[in-house]
Amino acid sequence: MLHLNNVEVMYDRVILVLKGMSLHVPEGKIVTLLGSNGAGKTSTLRAISGLLKSENGQVTDGYIEFQGKRLDASDPEGAVKQGIFQVMEGRRVFEHLTVEENLLAGAHTRTDRRNLKSDIQAVYQYFPKLEMLRQRTAGYLSGGEQQMLAIGRALMAKPKLMLLDEPSLGLAPLLVKEIFSIIKKINQVEGTTILVVEQNANLALSIADFGYIMENGRIVMEGSVETLVSNQDVREFYLGLSDLGKRSYRDVKHYKRRKRWLA
Amino acid sequence: MDYFLQLTVSGFVLGSIYALVALGFVLIYKSSDAINFAQGEFLLIGTYVALTLVSAYHIPFLAAFILTLIFSAALGLLVERVVLRPFIGEPILSMIMATLGLSSLLGGIANVFWGTDTQVFPQVFPENPLTLGKIMVSPVYVWSLVIVFVLLGVFSLFFKYSRMGIAMRSSADDQQAALSMGISVKKVFAVTWAIAAMVSSVGGVLLANINGVNSSLASIGLKVLPVAILGGLDSIPGAIIGGFIIGILESLAGGYIDPLVGGGVKEVLPFVVLVLILMVKPYGLFGKREIERV
Repeated sequence: MLHLNNVEVMYDRVILVLKGMSLHVPEGKIVTLLGSNGAGKTSTLRAISGLLKSENGQVTDGYIEFQGKRLDASDPEGAVKQGIFQVMEGRRVFEHLTVEENLLAGAHTRTDRRNLKSDIQAVYQYFPKLEMLRQRTAGYLSGGEQQMLAIGRALMAKPKLMLLDEPSLGLAPLLVKEIFSIIKKINQVEGTTILVVEQNANLALSIADFGYIMENGRIVMEGSVETLVSNQDVREFYLGLSDLGKRSYRDVKHYKRRKRWLA
Repeated sequence: MDYFLQLTVSGFVLGSIYALVALGFVLIYKSSDAINFAQGEFLLIGTYVALTLVSAYHIPFLAAFILTLIFSAALGLLVERVVLRPFIGEPILSMIMATLGLSSLLGGIANVFWGTDTQVFPQVFPENPLTLGKIMVSPVYVWSLVIVFVLLGVFSLFFKYSRMGIAMRSSADDQQAALSMGISVKKVFAVTWAIAAMVSSVGGVLLANINGVNSSLASIGLKVLPVAILGGLDSIPGAIIGGFIIGILESLAGGYIDPLVGGGVKEVLPFVVLVLILMVKPYGLFGKREIERV
């Protein structure tokens, strides 16, 4: 459904963040993109959704294809109209609007405006808490409620592909679990394809079908969730698991292993 | 007492017009954080266009009024596209300077086309004053009030419920997030400027009906700035209430204090009140505080 081919992204014409990034998101699946801070995960999402330009970034090489059509990386409006919706990092709800107005803002590009009422109800089905807060000013919602609102707002656009940027950011573990299970449910019920960027590898891999690991602006590893989870390096670096128990520093080979990925 | 009521009523009407023009300031500030110093010139040009339509082309007032609205909207769109769009993403100060330049330019254009002499707006509303209890109100005042309230009502509904209204408020809140919803921030800017130009020209036409037209009408733009700041630059209800406060104070000061000191207090008072209120409420009466979750 979505193909990134050798994409290069540069900020301010000097800072090269994505160095030949290739990625494939199959229709109807959940794909997760893992990586540490500064690996270029958010830039990847921005390149897809067209939000690069407002951050002074641009795609300098490669191309992005969505359903067989080239995407213009500087046109968020076009991307939303074609069915790509990014839920930005840090929730970014419209603070001075009510919950319901936020949902309506999410439906901005919809042309079948008669169905909006029933769609709002559908969002409340997923997030019953939001229904109780519908007239509340969004800025005063708790972090978890805001994240639910951000995802609900995305649902209002009826996207084919939803890009989620760190939905777990700053939330309590229990809430994070709830939100991820709802993401899975959205994928199953609505058939929405989902690309989720996460730091919480454990959780992301628990709902995804396919995973990519990024370092330094390119993909260093990819595979089905099963292969990733059983991979030695992933277990150690991203899941914090080790089969060998505690090891002495003398045996640590992190450095060399990382080196091999980067090559 | 009758004198007081009389002054209050005319202040109320004046205030409603201020409120309308202040709405233009607030909209532009909300959408782009910039202050539009050309607001007064929008008002001036709109008024002259209406005047020309009515007195030179003898178009009935209602039709002229609607044509003026259309012209102002077009002027707002044009100005946004040509002058302000290049400033998107540039420092706010540059944008404010651009509006300052724009104000000189538009003021100059108005002088070239219409001269600087005071011209009387042809009689549109009936002349006989209405008597409400003990006070006499001229029909112009009543009609101004009606028009202002209808427009304010229409705009509040527009912002509250319409798709574009919600988009405008969204992008005032968080431009990036609005972009990610597929909201065209450019379109939002354009509509904002069109509305700002429209409300100013309505304000101008109403004032012209009360006081006549000359190039000093543009200074209303400057006078309305304290109104907008008083209410909180980013609050629409604030602008409306601020308009009434300043209008009534001005009228009362003009009636009671000016005769004692030989005039001039009327012009200064809005600014004095502004300073006093800002000392107590630095965000203005209804200015939005940053929402912070604790």
